[in-house]
Amino acid sequence: MSEVIVITSGKGGVGKTTTSANVGTGLAKLNKKVVLIDTDIGLRNLDVVMGLENRIVYNLVDVVEGNCRPKQAMIKDKRYDTLYLLPSAQTRDKTSVTPEQMKKLTDELRDEFDYIILDCPAGIEQGFKNAIAGADRALVVTTPEVSAIRDADRIIGILEANEMKRTDLIVNRIRMDMVKKGEMMSIDDVLDILAINLIGAVPDDENIVISTNQGEPLVGNNTLAGQAYMNICRRIVGEEVPLLDLSAGNGFFSKIANIFKKNQ
Amino acid sequence: MNILDLFRKKPSGNVAKDRLKLLLVSDRANCSPDVMEQIKNEIINVIRKYMEIDTEGLDIQITTTDSDGNNGKVPALMANIPIKEMKHKSEQ
Repeated sequence: MSEVIVITSGKGGVGKTTTSANVGTGLAKLNKKVVLIDTDIGLRNLDVVMGLENRIVYNLVDVVEGNCRPKQAMIKDKRYDTLYLLPSAQTRDKTSVTPEQMKKLTDELRDEFDYIILDCPAGIEQGFKNAIAGADRALVVTTPEVSAIRDADRIIGILEANEMKRTDLIVNRIRMDMVKKGEMMSIDDVLDILAINLIGAVPDDENIVISTNQGEPLVGNNTLAGQAYMNICRRIVGEEVPLLDLSAGNGFFSKIANIFKKNQ
Repeated sequence: MNILDLFRKKPSGNVAKDRLKLLLVSDRANCSPDVMEQIKNEIINVIRKYMEIDTEGLDIQITTTDSDGNNGKVPALMANIPIKEMKHKSEQ
């Protein structure tokens, strides 16, 4: 049975595209057949995070307008055979696609893929409406900041009003050192306010910047963020995985341990 | 910064949480600034019949308050209305 998952946040810059790339790649690592769809028309980014920007021929708007078949527009990932990207159009705007067209497309793709992951644009306008139209479930990404949580609350309300079957939360860019000092809201604080199910928390990790620079999602590798994203993927496929201890890796001894791990 | 401030200062994580809680109460109540303005004007008109108030210093907002029951915090409409002078009914 296939599932259409939209990754959304309301606020921009909280890590939707990074999360989409890592969740999509992680699910492919778990031997699932996955297609990532960048629905941010006009501001294409997922291709760059995936390192596939040089292979684009056709895009989402071409598919929707019937200029090509979905198969022709989908780019196969560099590393995983079961992972595909359907890139967005850079020179068009959000009105080029309607929610009905998006729903039709995602329903067509269900025949061939286990997971259809939609990277949603920021905001609550047309682009957002397009992205949520065909989705079975939503992953709302937020960071432990007042503005991001406020927007997440609004998004959760809109998703409820649109009868989204399931909505889970990802708390991104958490810094346990600051939480310990009381200078950042904890995961529990965020959950207390938003009152929805947590599917994972991802630490603020400089390895994310490095992986984005290289165009290779870090999910599943030996970094804290890589582990956190892998755990999210395993929870998506239905495994019971305990929450990662995000404060690990900050101490002196674990840093030394990491040096040895890297050399292996 | 005074060294004593270090002890007095509330951790910013808690400040953020408290601010958010208040913010979301009014967000979720779906009270647009227009509606708030309308409520404010009508309250002013009612109170004006009985006393002279300082309309500049008037402050009305949706916030939370401790409930009498066990519900914890509940939304509340708080109005802070400075009175300039009481009107005496006998004079009218």
